[in-house]
Amino acid sequence: MSTQATHAQQAVVDKVIEIEILRYRPEQDEKPFPQGFEIPYHPDMSILEALQYIKDHLDSSVSFRWSCRMAICGSCGLMVNNIPKLGCKAFLRDYYPQKVTLEALANFPIERDLVVVMDDFIKKLEEIKPYIIPERDEKCLSEGTYQQTPEQMEKYAKFSMCINCGLCYSACPQYGLDKSFTGPAALALLARYNRDSRDAGSAERMKIVNQEQGVWSCTFVGYCSVVCPKGVDPAAAIQLLKVESSKDYLIGMFKPD
Amino acid sequence: MSKRKPYRREMNNDWWLKNIFYSKYMIREGSSIFITLYSLILAWGVFRLSQGEEAFNAWLSALQHPVSIVFHLLVLLIALYHTITWFSLAPKAVDLYIKGKPLDGKLIVAGHYITFTIVTIFCLIVIML
Amino acid sequence: MNVQPTTNALQEKKYIRSNEPVFWGLFGAGGMLTAFLTPVMVLVTGLLIPLGIIDADHLSYDKLHGFASSWYGAAIILVLVALPLWHTLHRIFHSLHDLGIKRGRDWQQVICYGFAFAVSVFVFTLLLQMLTQ
Repeated sequence: MSTQATHAQQAVVDKVIEIEILRYRPEQDEKPFPQGFEIPYHPDMSILEALQYIKDHLDSSVSFRWSCRMAICGSCGLMVNNIPKLGCKAFLRDYYPQKVTLEALANFPIERDLVVVMDDFIKKLEEIKPYIIPERDEKCLSEGTYQQTPEQMEKYAKFSMCINCGLCYSACPQYGLDKSFTGPAALALLARYNRDSRDAGSAERMKIVNQEQGVWSCTFVGYCSVVCPKGVDPAAAIQLLKVESSKDYLIGMFKPD
Repeated sequence: MSKRKPYRREMNNDWWLKNIFYSKYMIREGSSIFITLYSLILAWGVFRLSQGEEAFNAWLSALQHPVSIVFHLLVLLIALYHTITWFSLAPKAVDLYIKGKPLDGKLIVAGHYITFTIVTIFCLIVIML
Repeated sequence: MNVQPTTNALQEKKYIRSNEPVFWGLFGAGGMLTAFLTPVMVLVTGLLIPLGIIDADHLSYDKLHGFASSWYGAAIILVLVALPLWHTLHRIFHSLHDLGIKRGRDWQQVICYGFAFAVSVFVFTLLLQMLTQ
């Protein structure tokens, strides 16, 4: 490496950025409190890497979830300046020289520091029967796979990209106001299965959709689709399910079950 | 013994002031207050119309009051905001596929604006007839 | 059908169908009408006519009363005046929840949709009166 390059790198390293983390240690804290850190600034450093720097060099007690570092595991969701983001997909260069404040994902209880309790979210994902319910499930393996055309796949492909990071629940004021709401990711996943040509479980899942706590708690704020790191567009899924639920309502008026 | 003690953060009633996206959502929802008032003015106009020519003309001249002009200007701006938000969300409610590909959202929005322009011009011509 | 045993507990859950589709349908129709027509309506009745930019003769008593006295005119006026209210009162009802007013949701619903209904009936009665005069 040339002397010039080393100097340039040194200049960047000399810059520092302030990171404020909302800490909560259940065994000793009554409520969360902010704690500030100063770390060397690199334009290519992600928020997750910044957290790892803090844990390795400044305070090993800071807790946060992470795994893949490439926006596919969905573990490192957190509030960056009050906006739900994946730590690995948000970069310091977009905030520098301003301070970055980090907080556990909104609308979820804080387990510790940046770690949230996701039980309610997981329960909702399970509740919508997120698996293909075939018309007849005695199809033998020797009969081959369930076939599907690219056009049939296109109908649900977008809604199948969810990584269960929970950012949309964090962005949803209706979930924040009322935790009984099924919520964006679970409803998008429900739409994904209902729109799959191989699935015959729509009638079962529509019972969930048709409830007040189903699609009808949604007021189309639309922020879920903005924060989604995978372009799933849960707001669109819910909107389409509202149309389906209305059709189902009309049918139900003439054919009560 | 478990030291678990999950901390629940309260959601304050001013949550929609803390994020510009939420504030815009609330303005969108708040547009309904102004449009309600406008509908009531029209309903009152129908009432005055049923009472006869004198009553209806009194309604018309009340609309000339400066307060009424300012109010209607405000309603126009807010109604246009509703229109913009309504059109921008329209693609999410459309489930159309052409040759197996979803219809481009920009086309749907453009279609709405073209229709809006035609409808507006049509109404202005009809009222002048 | 053969279902995994773990889902048995979920199957026992009672699902209650919401009546929201009725109000959502009216909300959507009203919202569509408001998006396309309210701006031009406000422009004409609230600004162009009162400011004299369009001659008031175009919205004269005789012209409008004649229009309201036809069945199609009455129907158009009813839709233009009343339908937006089913849109706006639906939004106001949900905004109350957004603002954290959680008490008496049933009554809030009765008052909100009841208001839209009352004004609709009011306008309908007036138009019927003019139609049968």
